[in-house]
Amino acid sequence: MRTVVVAAVGEIPPGGRKIVEIEGRSIGVFHLADGYVALRNACPHEGAPLCRGALSGAVTSPAPGRYRYERRGEILRCPWHQWEFDVRTGRSWVDPDRVRVRSYPVTVDGTQVIVHV
Amino acid sequence: MRGTGLIDCDVHNAVSSDAALLPYLPARWRRHLDLVGSRTFSPFTKGYAYPKAARFASRRDAWPPSGGLPGSDLDFMRAQLLDAYGIEHAVLNCLYRAPEQRNDAFGAALAAAVNDWQVEHWLERDSRLRASVTVPFESPDLAAVEIDRAAAHHGFVQVLLYPRSMAPLGKRRYWPIYEAACRAGLPVGIHAASTTPGPTTASGWPSYYIEDHTGLAVAFQAQVSSLIFEGVFDRFPALRVVLMEGGFAWVPALMARLDALHHRLRDEVPDLEHPPSHYLRHRIRITTQPMEEPERPGDLVPLLREIGQDVLMFSTDYPHWDFDDPQRAFRTRVPADLHQRIMYDNARAQYRFAA
Ligand code: FES
Repeated sequence: MRTVVVAAVGEIPPGGRKIVEIEGRSIGVFHLADGYVALRNACPHEGAPLCRGALSGAVTSPAPGRYRYERRGEILRCPWHQWEFDVRTGRSWVDPDRVRVRSYPVTVDGTQVIVHV
Repeated sequence: MRGTGLIDCDVHNAVSSDAALLPYLPARWRRHLDLVGSRTFSPFTKGYAYPKAARFASRRDAWPPSGGLPGSDLDFMRAQLLDAYGIEHAVLNCLYRAPEQRNDAFGAALAAAVNDWQVEHWLERDSRLRASVTVPFESPDLAAVEIDRAAAHHGFVQVLLYPRSMAPLGKRRYWPIYEAACRAGLPVGIHAASTTPGPTTASGWPSYYIEDHTGLAVAFQAQVSSLIFEGVFDRFPALRVVLMEGGFAWVPALMARLDALHHRLRDEVPDLEHPPSHYLRHRIRITTQPMEEPERPGDLVPLLREIGQDVLMFSTDYPHWDFDDPQRAFRTRVPADLHQRIMYDNARAQYRFAA
C-alpha cells in the first residue's frame, strides 16, 4: 500500500470534495463531518465520474406515515443514471453486496490529508 | 470501440434561449414571440409533467462551464462526447418545442428557425455532425414545405416526429410528411416526446415519471402498428422509419403477435403486402438507448439476435440523464460481427454516410 498526500488540512471544506489523480486513477476525496473518505471516481455501472455526483441523505421509514431524513451528505448519487452509493463504504444503496465502488482509507497527519492506495 | 468506427444516432443539441432563434425569425414571428410567446398543447408551459431524474433531464456533469443548457455548447460537446469517444458521426435531435405550438404558422416559423440555427451553429461547425429536420408535423402540409426547404442542406439526414402525436402516425393526414421525406430521400425518425395535451398513457395520468418513461415503449408499439396497418410502408416504398428512445426488448414479442394475428385477421387488412414482421425487419431501424439491462446481462445477446442484425443502431442520448457509454452500455460481451453492425454499419447504411 502506498500513501499519497492529496490535500492540506483546511483545503477541502466540510461537505466538500477534491478529485485527484493517483497513478492514473481518478479518486474523489470527501470531507465528511467526522473525517475524510476516498472513493474511486468511476461508477461500477457504466463508468461515469461518480465522485462528481450530488451528495444527499437517505429517507427511511420506521412505520407507515413516518419518515426520517438521515445520513445527510453521506449518500453519493451518480451524475448519470442516479445510482446511489454509501460514501463511507462505497457500497451501492440498492444492491450493496454486488454493486460497489472501491474505497480507500484516508488519514490525517498533522497538516496533510493522506490517501492509502 | 477503438479501431472501429462509431456512429451515435441520438444526441441532443439545445437552444439555450428563445433569443438564439431571433436572427432566424421573420419580423412578423419575432413580434409574435414577443407578444404571445410559446403556447403549446402541453399543460406545462415550462418543464415537464414530471421531474425527470435530474435537472433538464440531463447528466449532472453535462452542464457546460460556459453557462447555458446541457447540449448548447459545441466545444463542450466535442470534449465530453465526440472527441472523448472518437465518434465519427453524431445525429442531432433538437427537441425544441416547435412542433407543439398551438399556432401552426408560428410553429412552422420556429421549426424553420431551429433548422437554420442548426445549420449555422452545428452542421457548418463540425463535419461529424448531422441533424434531424424539425417540422411542425401536426400540420403536415407545413411540415412538407419545411422538409423540402431544409433538405437542401446535406447535413440533414432525417425528419423528426414524436410518438405521442395527436393521431396515430399511420393516418392519412400525416402522409404529406412521408411523401416529402421520400422526395428528399430522408428517413423519418420518431423520438420520445409529445405534442399532445393528453395523458402519457392510454388510461390516464400516472403518478410517477417511472411509469411515464416505461409507457414510452407502448406508445412506440402503437405507432409501429399504425404505420404498418394503415399501409404507409406499402404506399411509400422508399420510406424508412427510425425509432429513437423507445426501447427494443418488445420487438420480438410484437412481431410474433402481429404475425400470428395477421394469419387470422388478414381479411381486415387485405392490402397489406407482407406479414407485419417484414416491415419491422426491413423498413424500421431502432436506436439502442435506453439499453435493455436484463437481470443476467448475457441474456441480451439472444435478444439482439432475435431482433435481427440489421435493426439496431447505437445511440448515447447525450447529454440526458440516461446516457449510454459506448464502451460500457452492453453489460455483456456482444459477438464482434453483431457489435460492429450495431455500433457502425447499420447507421452508416441507414443514413448513407460515406465509407
Ligand atoms: S454510470 Fe453511474 S449509475 Fe450508470
